[in-house]
Amino acid sequence: MVKVTIWGSLRAATDGAAEVEVEAQNFKQVMSELERNYPGLQAQIAAGASLAIDGKIYREAWFTPVYPDSEVVLMPFMVGG
Amino acid sequence: MNKIHVTTTVNGDPVEYLCEPQETLLDVLRNQLRLTGAKEGCGTGDCGACSVTLNGRLVCSCLVLAAEAGGQEVATVEGIADGDNLHILQKKILEHAALQCGVCTPGILVAAKALLEKHPDPTEVEARYWLAGNLCRCTGYDKIITAVMDAAAEMRGA
Amino acid sequence: MALDTEKREFKIIGTRPLRPDGIDKVTGRALYGADMVAPGMLEGKILRSPHAHARIVSIDASAALALQGVKAVVTASDFSEAKGELMQNILENCMAQDKALYHGHAVAAVAATSETIAKQALKLIKVDYEVLPHVTEIEDAVKPDAPVLRPDRRAKGAPEGTPANITNLSNFGHGDLEAGFAKADLIIERSFRTESTHQGYIEPHACLASMGPDGKADLWCCTQGHYAVRDMCASFLGMSLSQLRVTASEIGGGFGGKTVVFIEPVALALSRKAGKPVKMAMTREEVFKASGPTPSSLADIKIGMTKGGKITAAHAKLRFQGGAFPSGTIDLGAMCAFAAYDLEAVRAEGFNVMTNRPREAAYRAPGAPIGVYPVEALIDELCIELGLDPLDVRLLNAADKGTKSSYGPTFEAIGLKATLEAAKAHRHYNTPLGPNQGRGVSCGFWFNFGGSTSVSMSVNDDGTVAVTEGNPDIGGSRASVGMMAAEELGIPYENIRTIVADTNSIGFNDPTHGSRVTFSVGLATIEAARDAIKKMCTRVAKIWDIDPDAVMWEDGHARPAGENAGNYEPMSLAEIAAIASKTGGPIAGHYEVNADSAGVSFGVHLADIEVDPETGFSTVLRYTVFQDAGKAIHPAYVEGQMQGGAAQGIGWAMNEEYIYGKDGLLQNAGFLDYRIPVASDLPPIEAVILEIPNPGHPYGVRGVGETAIVPPLAAVSNAVSRAIGKRMRALPMSPPKILKVIKG
Repeated sequence: MVKVTIWGSLRAATDGAAEVEVEAQNFKQVMSELERNYPGLQAQIAAGASLAIDGKIYREAWFTPVYPDSEVVLMPFMVGG
Repeated sequence: MNKIHVTTTVNGDPVEYLCEPQETLLDVLRNQLRLTGAKEGCGTGDCGACSVTLNGRLVCSCLVLAAEAGGQEVATVEGIADGDNLHILQKKILEHAALQCGVCTPGILVAAKALLEKHPDPTEVEARYWLAGNLCRCTGYDKIITAVMDAAAEMRGA
Repeated sequence: MALDTEKREFKIIGTRPLRPDGIDKVTGRALYGADMVAPGMLEGKILRSPHAHARIVSIDASAALALQGVKAVVTASDFSEAKGELMQNILENCMAQDKALYHGHAVAAVAATSETIAKQALKLIKVDYEVLPHVTEIEDAVKPDAPVLRPDRRAKGAPEGTPANITNLSNFGHGDLEAGFAKADLIIERSFRTESTHQGYIEPHACLASMGPDGKADLWCCTQGHYAVRDMCASFLGMSLSQLRVTASEIGGGFGGKTVVFIEPVALALSRKAGKPVKMAMTREEVFKASGPTPSSLADIKIGMTKGGKITAAHAKLRFQGGAFPSGTIDLGAMCAFAAYDLEAVRAEGFNVMTNRPREAAYRAPGAPIGVYPVEALIDELCIELGLDPLDVRLLNAADKGTKSSYGPTFEAIGLKATLEAAKAHRHYNTPLGPNQGRGVSCGFWFNFGGSTSVSMSVNDDGTVAVTEGNPDIGGSRASVGMMAAEELGIPYENIRTIVADTNSIGFNDPTHGSRVTFSVGLATIEAARDAIKKMCTRVAKIWDIDPDAVMWEDGHARPAGENAGNYEPMSLAEIAAIASKTGGPIAGHYEVNADSAGVSFGVHLADIEVDPETGFSTVLRYTVFQDAGKAIHPAYVEGQMQGGAAQGIGWAMNEEYIYGKDGLLQNAGFLDYRIPVASDLPPIEAVILEIPNPGHPYGVRGVGETAIVPPLAAVSNAVSRAIGKRMRALPMSPPKILKVIKG
């Protein structure tokens, strides 16, 4: 299981939980499991979301591995100027 | 449509064109003579990207009617280099990395050349005020002023 | 990834060669968006709404079409339905549908044989408007009885009773705020305001579109990302991606504002209808009215601090106004607000609100300057109240490797403390001030991004190399990419020519944004060079009849390695290239990647400002930027980014603002009334580069483009506040506004 931090405005979809656990070995599995377990997150993930894995921001990187002790933070899909 | 016949010189070459009464010198330079070095950044004389000289005087070509250029000497950025030999100002702008996007650069060069022809030994403050009519959004002006001051020094020494 | 900076001396990286596109740009030869022509070309012009908010009852273009020389008129019905909310919003911003949503919103467009005729035709298009009540300010747009732009765009999942114009809810942070504030010796809570500013690129949007009867089209335009332009335009015109080739012209500044489309799909639609190429260029007035400004904002900030300067808790409530459409920039503002600090209890929350203003577009570190400014301003006020040095307080609270950031993830190695220490040790910080002068300090932060990137390079027979990349060069990136290719291949910089190719010539590239180009394109260039090197070593191994692993690449030469060392005469790249057809054919390298690991960036700015107490006129006397650049590839262009970002931030702080009248119309759509800094407004801007290598790039590169616009807002505001002895809490600080605070 991997712990995923959910940012504040999405916690309505996780019954208020700031951190949820999913069974995942990579970026894509984290996203799929989040969508499956918390349907309220589907709209945000479809519209765009990133993952910070151990401090690095990944925007669309399905096969980036995550480990049980990885720090995984769900973040908005971010763009620059 | 009554067009006006204009005979003038641009960068030393004789040029003839027909223009509409409301057409600007910038329009004719860019659209008829295909001298697209002068840019239209605003069309209202605020940005200086269209700077040219008319008989040596620095003007915004967007504020000059094409018909007014008759019989005068127009100089644009395309005429600053002497063939393959860049003008010192052009060299210094490159050496000091004094351009990023480069769209204001033609106007800056024309304006700076006019400055140094009139005031070969400007102070940095004078250079800044002279170039205050040429907007640059990329550089913060620092490297442009350095390049102009360096060019001025080299031209005085040359 | 192993850091090459630690294992080798660079020959070219860190030097300052001339940029390869330089001569074109100092002689007027470089071709920008409006400089291209095509045979038989028409001129396109756009009719824009004179109202802030109006229902479009009908559009009658018959009189315009009857005018001699008019070849086509298009309206919203000429575009395909876009997929997804974001694309729908971008399309609707390009051309109004049932409603005009802001003053200047495009309503129809015409193509004619001359600009004069096109302008006449615009006057002949009859639009029947039903004028609706409008709203342009945040305070008004959140009222229960405010005019509603689009009821269906209210934030999903918003609590009952949330006003209909509120679109994006945002909330980041961690820890127990109440407990944190209880530990504070001093708590201050203040409100701040910023106005909308424009990116202010000197080149207005311009393009040339040409679609043939077979549906194949070419588009030339000034853009930060021609692949994104292709994807958006193809979607809006119902085309497949392969039918549309987009070529990026030279670009006259973008700063985020040219990452989206405005006139490009309109020019394509006109060309499709007229059967001829169509050129379009915005006027400066159109640029201000209808291309993207930043959000305006209101912020309530509360920070608790101990007597010693330790921040115990921090809370920001932000409200962004992002124009007539939803905008996620509030998320970025909220995430950046406290990112510079190591905090036990922190929360940044807020929302975006829709108004009858143009759709907000990205502007250099979008959201970050607006989120960081009120925080840095309040920290300065706390420092004054507690008698503490503002740099010491920032050093005490600075985020570092291992800090849990205010937006969630834990930081890797970052350069904030080193940057603060450099500022503290710098002579600027230790120079005495005169009367009516103040010194302001601010930190700034930006994420930096990587993204999808493709680079290929061909080794020419004569030993020169053609590098092909797909990111428009806004600030010298051809130079830095060429330098990295030369460094890796071990050949002179002059032997490389780097071009920015069209969308058909190389794989997809994300736009030139997010401070990504030197990082991502650089990474792909180095890997493409390594690919070419591997192929060259393989060829040489065949020639020498030894194992490919026994050939190494060094200084532009293949050399025998290991037990073969010294057995063969090394072969130069040029020697290998000259016989390429005999050894297996052309040699090329390529690399395609979605680059991550960009590495976040911090900056610290110092501003000295003198305020004339009689007039409120302020002068920036001295300005210094300290920023962690990772490894600076071409230091002059890194300094340029730092100086340019600072100048834009100074403009944001001191003068720039969108001004709307009570009629909902934009009052200052020109450079005379929207005043960006001119040369005489600014002092020299010193740029101090710190090099703390980014472990995610082979040479240690970090993005540098955006961070420098973040600190100036508060640095300038803090300097003015210290100079006048009273706190400024709204931007811009134009002389009348400063005078009001002095007198107030």
